[in-house]
Amino acid sequence: MFKYSKLVSAMAVAGVALFGAQAAQAQIIKIDGSSTVYPITEAVAEEFQKAKKNAIKVTVGISGTGGGFKKFCRDELDVSGASRPITAKEMTACKEAGVEYIEMPVAYDALTVVINPKNAFLKQATVEEMKTLWEPAAQGKITKWNQVNPAWPDAPVKLFGAGADSGTFEYFTEAMVGKAKSSRGDYTASEDDNVLVQGVSRDVNAIGYFGYAYYAENTARLKALPIVNPKTGKAVEPSAANVENGSYAPLSRPIFIYVKAKSLAKPEVREFVEFYMKNADKLVREVKYVPLPKAAYEGNLKHANDKKIGTVFGGKNEIGVTVEDILKREAKM
Amino acid sequence: MQPMTTEQIRALIARGKLKDTIFQALGIICLAVGLLVIFLLVSDMLMRGLDRLNLDFFVEFASRRAAQSGILSAWVGTILVMFVTALAAVPLGVAAGIYLEEYAKRNWVTDIIEINITNLAAVPSIVYGLLSLGIFVYAFGFGQSILSAGLTLALLILPIVIVSTREAIRAIPAMIREGSMAVGATRWQTCRYHIIPYAMPGILTGVIIGLARAIGETAPIITIGALTFIAFLPPMPFTATGADGVSAGLFDWVMSPFTVMPIQIFNWTSRPDPAFEVNAAAAGFVLMGMVLSMNAIAIYLRYRMRKNIKW
Amino acid sequence: MSANNVSDLHQVSDRLAHNAMRHFSERLIEALLFAAAAVSVLTTVGIVYVLVSESIQFFQVVSIVDFLTDTQWTPLFDDAHYGIMVLISGTLVSSGVALLVAIPMGTIIAIYLSEFANGKVREVAKPVLELLGGIPTIVFGYFALLIVTPLLQKVFPELPGFSLLSAGLVMGIMIVPYIASLSEDAMRAVPMSMREGSYAMGATKLYTAIHVVVPAAVSGLAASYILGISRAVGETMILAVAAGMQPNLTWNPMEPAATITSFIVQVALGDLPHGSIGYQTIFAAGLTLLLITLAFNIAGQWLRRRYREAY
Repeated sequence: MFKYSKLVSAMAVAGVALFGAQAAQAQIIKIDGSSTVYPITEAVAEEFQKAKKNAIKVTVGISGTGGGFKKFCRDELDVSGASRPITAKEMTACKEAGVEYIEMPVAYDALTVVINPKNAFLKQATVEEMKTLWEPAAQGKITKWNQVNPAWPDAPVKLFGAGADSGTFEYFTEAMVGKAKSSRGDYTASEDDNVLVQGVSRDVNAIGYFGYAYYAENTARLKALPIVNPKTGKAVEPSAANVENGSYAPLSRPIFIYVKAKSLAKPEVREFVEFYMKNADKLVREVKYVPLPKAAYEGNLKHANDKKIGTVFGGKNEIGVTVEDILKREAKM
Repeated sequence: MQPMTTEQIRALIARGKLKDTIFQALGIICLAVGLLVIFLLVSDMLMRGLDRLNLDFFVEFASRRAAQSGILSAWVGTILVMFVTALAAVPLGVAAGIYLEEYAKRNWVTDIIEINITNLAAVPSIVYGLLSLGIFVYAFGFGQSILSAGLTLALLILPIVIVSTREAIRAIPAMIREGSMAVGATRWQTCRYHIIPYAMPGILTGVIIGLARAIGETAPIITIGALTFIAFLPPMPFTATGADGVSAGLFDWVMSPFTVMPIQIFNWTSRPDPAFEVNAAAAGFVLMGMVLSMNAIAIYLRYRMRKNIKW
Repeated sequence: MSANNVSDLHQVSDRLAHNAMRHFSERLIEALLFAAAAVSVLTTVGIVYVLVSESIQFFQVVSIVDFLTDTQWTPLFDDAHYGIMVLISGTLVSSGVALLVAIPMGTIIAIYLSEFANGKVREVAKPVLELLGGIPTIVFGYFALLIVTPLLQKVFPELPGFSLLSAGLVMGIMIVPYIASLSEDAMRAVPMSMREGSYAMGATKLYTAIHVVVPAAVSGLAASYILGISRAVGETMILAVAAGMQPNLTWNPMEPAATITSFIVQVALGDLPHGSIGYQTIFAAGLTLLLITLAFNIAGQWLRRRYREAY
């Protein structure tokens, strides 16, 4: 027999219990943001929780750089990972919500241009050649390799690249074509870089670009194309050493975490950030990104202590900024 | 008109039987294609993921090292979220279907509601995610919790449950209803004792299809804030939690942060390290197993109930 | 109890009072059921509100005429074009391919299972088919990309690595359970007496199935088709993975293209700042999708009304 009274009383209990359940959220460090920064943050979170024997809990989401900032500027996160500096609009949102933050670069991501290992004619490329290949005017017109450089053969060009909503796309186009988001549209785009790896490894005439980690894990299937550094005129191939000494330019970009200043007052968050900076060198290498010099990580901790609030980029991205520059500049909200 | 000769009749029957046989073959072929796809997928995942399918895989949390990365938080999260989804979607969907089919007058208002419901089935799941972000996570204040995820998925599968409820009820012959009314039963009594039991098998089909879809959804769950790295489980009721030893309440797990299997699979397939492909395949296989078990319960119930329908 | 004597009036008024109570509880239940049905309306209101409020901001920057007539969709590029026809073509082509597979296959399977197959086959095949609906759409996406596309490339050597054909075929297979299971339920609910009448006149099984059972079950069949169409149009992940994200105005399925749904998911989970014009495009695209499916649903509803059979 269906007892309505039982149902009603069960629902009442459930309702009361739900309201009482709000309390169980103590001691969780909330992190979200870019999928590019995620592997590093995950490694740090994993080691940190182990070191603390699970007394402090860390959660990490992948909502994207934009999604992460949105949550961050609504005061919902302690840390937000970003593959680009905070934009002017996001800065305004944070200011209005009263969220003060400290910007910390945590690693370099070397954008790697890859070609098929059997490709015999591509030994290096200049920024101008990349521009000819990728600029909007090339759409439908530049379809053969010899149109870019007459020394190259009359073979069809197969392009693979990042999706137009990603930080990778924005940075690559700004560095190679000269204007952010200015690109031809007729290439195979994918959010999943593994798909791009597959595409380039299957076609002799293919060329693509993505983060260094995806190349490093697939060196058997791909070849990295050395890019001529416009400042030195020498072709440099992407490697941890070349990024660290600054010769691989302009395609190495810093990636960041933004830490809420209020959260730093909490002992667990402060411990986490210290752990992050002290172990970054080792963990960043493990996930195949390029670490910053030790002085940079110490600088980040100093900024945290001195409460260097705000961003040094003024709401816009910049190509070819060195970490030393970032550390020296003044920060503004 | 001349009556047909025996030969003509026999030829007619033979032709009819041939068509029957051809159609049966066609039916079996179509069925076989569907089964073949399932078999291909499942065996592919099993073969690629076999290395990783051991007990460790089920009790370890995610890690940056593929060999130590397990699905503990993912499968617990999936079960809890599915529980909330079923609890929300089934009563709501069945009640709505009953109202629309039994109580509502047939006018343009109900027509609009009917169009509206089937339209909702076409909305991409990520739009549900965006909607729920605004309503459940922020406006109602449920936060990025299992409750929000369960409610989001419940909204997502509500159209399927409502439509199959309505169709199941529509298929019941009028004589059942009329007989019940004739002995003086009220509308609700008719529903409860006659309509719902007879419609249950059809309703269960809708529930099975709906829940099977919900368990595999990624995009809306990420949007409302499901995590990718979470190395702890939602607090089990009445167990101690936290350094201060405060005991967790009966419903604390509902408000806890979480992750689910499809997100774990999604994350692992997009990692550069090829070793994670093994993990992703193994997790996919486990997810199929979970879907099968979930379906099995409902299918068993439906089987039992279908046997009772005799008209 | 009768009210023949004055002394019976107390009993009568008790009975009437009891009736009033019964009336009240009936009303209460009707109100609860109505509330459940109202949830679906509220969901639509919520979705429309979310989509329209952001789209209004979008259309202040981009003119509707441009939106509908431009032949390029590059909202995230520096030189931005906002031609929604590009995405609509992708959605229509992929859904068309999917339904060309799913509707015939699903209907044939449903007729076979309901009219021809014996009980054991039916009770095993139906759950296994429903398992097909439980495979996460990401797994289907990679299945299309890594297994189906190379197979198709053997037949059509010029087929590119990403194509609407490959994604559409797999989407069709995914939708088969919706159509097959719901249609089979509808056909099974047709009373045996109708079939028996047809057999008694000498009709074959196939003839009975097509001319007697299907017309009687057409309401359920149509509901399953509409649900299947809605699912095809709203599918996200399979297209995001296997059809390529290249906005391409084409009616040829052998090309890669972006659909409304794959575009929405790409941007919502990407790196764009929320509130930027690039981000707002997803709401305009979502609104367009909603209007298209509304048109389909209204048409489908009208057709159902015309061809419904009552028995």
